[in-house]
Amino acid sequence: MAEELKLFRTWSSPYSLRVVHALKIKGLEYETIFEDLSSKSASLLQYNPVNKKVPVLVHNGKAICESLVILEYIDETWKQCPLLPRDPYEKAKARFWAKFGDEKLSSSIWNVLISQGKEQEEAIAAAVQNLKLIEEQLQEKKFFGGEKIGYLDIAFGWTANLISILEEIIDLKLVDEEKLPLLSAWMQNFSDDPVIKQCWPPRDKLVVKFQAMRESNLKTVLSQ
Amino acid sequence: MEEVKLYGFGPSPFSYRVIWALKLKGVKYEYIEENLPMKSPKLLQHNPVHKKVPVLVHGGKPISESLVILEYIEETWPENPLLPKDAHEKAMARFWIRFAEDKYPTLNTFFRTVGQDQQLAIKEALKVLQILEDQALGNNKFFNGNTVGLVDISFGWLAYWFDCIEETAGAKIIKSNNLPRLHEWIKNFKQIPVIQENLPSRDKLLAYLKTKREKILSCIFIPNGH
Repeated sequence: MAEELKLFRTWSSPYSLRVVHALKIKGLEYETIFEDLSSKSASLLQYNPVNKKVPVLVHNGKAICESLVILEYIDETWKQCPLLPRDPYEKAKARFWAKFGDEKLSSSIWNVLISQGKEQEEAIAAAVQNLKLIEEQLQEKKFFGGEKIGYLDIAFGWTANLISILEEIIDLKLVDEEKLPLLSAWMQNFSDDPVIKQCWPPRDKLVVKFQAMRESNLKTVLSQ
Repeated sequence: MEEVKLYGFGPSPFSYRVIWALKLKGVKYEYIEENLPMKSPKLLQHNPVHKKVPVLVHGGKPISESLVILEYIEETWPENPLLPKDAHEKAMARFWIRFAEDKYPTLNTFFRTVGQDQQLAIKEALKVLQILEDQALGNNKFFNGNTVGLVDISFGWLAYWFDCIEETAGAKIIKSNNLPRLHEWIKNFKQIPVIQENLPSRDKLLAYLKTKREKILSCIFIPNGH
C-alpha cells in the first residue's frame, strides 16, 4: 500500500513548521491541509478531538498530534536522516532542552513582545538569560544535532525565524552577535539550509500578525 | 553496572513516577531525600536550570524532568516495557503523557482556591477528567491496556495524591458514579504490588498538604462581603 501522509497546519504556526521541516529533511511526500483556526474543519476536529489544534499528521488514516510527539513518530517510522541522537542520555538532553524551549524560553520571549518600558527591559533580561542557556548547548557545533540539523534544531527552529521579527517590531536587539555569537551563527546556518529556507512563512505577514498581537495585549494591560 | 541515584522529595508525586518506573523494571538505585524547600548543593549541581526534583543520576550523568526521566529509563532498561512497541500506539501514549503534564495545573487549581473560584476550578478539573474517562481510558483496565505503562505512571498521582488533595481542599471530584472507569482504574492501579509498596505515608501527605493550603490561602485577598 502506498504511504498516505497528510499534514494539517496553519500558514504561520511554528509548531506546524517543525513537522514540515522533519518531513522535508526525511524526503517524504505529503499533502498539506491549511486550517483556519477561527473555523476549524470537521476533519481536524475528528483527528484531534482532545486539543483541536494543529499540527496533526495523519499517516495511513491514523492521526498523531503534538509537534514534538510527531517528530519522534516521524523519526521512528522513517529511519533515513535520523533526527534524534541514538544514545539515550543525549536523547534525554535533547528532550529536556526542547521542553525548556517550549516552556521557559517561549514564555520569556512572549513577555518581551507584550510588554513595554521597564517591564520590557526586565523581560528582555530574562529572555537573554534563557537564550544564553540554549547557546551553551551548542558548544562549538554547527547545529544542536552536530554536523546536520536534528531534533533540537527543529524544536528551536522558531527562534531563528520569529526572534528577528520580534526585534523588528520592538526595534531592539535580542540576539546580539557579540553577546550570543554561537546562537547568532546557528540562526544563520539554520535559516540558510536549503530545506529550511524554502519553508519560512511570508515575513511581512508575520510582522503584521505579531504587531497586532503586541498591540492587542498592550491594550488589554492598559485597560486593567 | 553503573550506579543509579534518585534525588526526590517525599510528598512529590513526580518523584514517585520515577520510583515506580525503576521498581517495575527491577533497577537498583540509591534514593536521596531532599529537604525542600532547602536544596542540597548536589541537587543544584545536577539540575542548575530548574533546581527541582526529581533528578536521576546514572553513572554520574544527571537527567531532570520526570517525563524525560521516564523515557530515559524505558530506553536504558528495556525489560518489562512500559511503552507500546507499535509506533502509532507509542505516539498516542506520548500524547497522553503530554496531556498529563499540560493539565496538571488545571487539575490542581481547586486546591489553591476558595468559594466561587474553587467552584469554577472544580468544573474545569471535571472537564479534563471526563476526557480521560471517555477518550484516554476507554474500556481498558489501564491506560496502557492490560498492564501498566508510562501513561498510567504519569497519571498515577490521581490514584493517591488526588484524594488527599480533595480532602484537604474540602471537595469531592472523582466519584464512582460520575467517573466510573477512572474510579475503577484508581482501584486497579493501587492494587499493583510495586505501587502499593511505594506510596508516601497518607498522614504525612495530609499534614504537608494542610500546611501548603494554609500558606496559599493566607495570600488570597478575600474582599468584604464574600
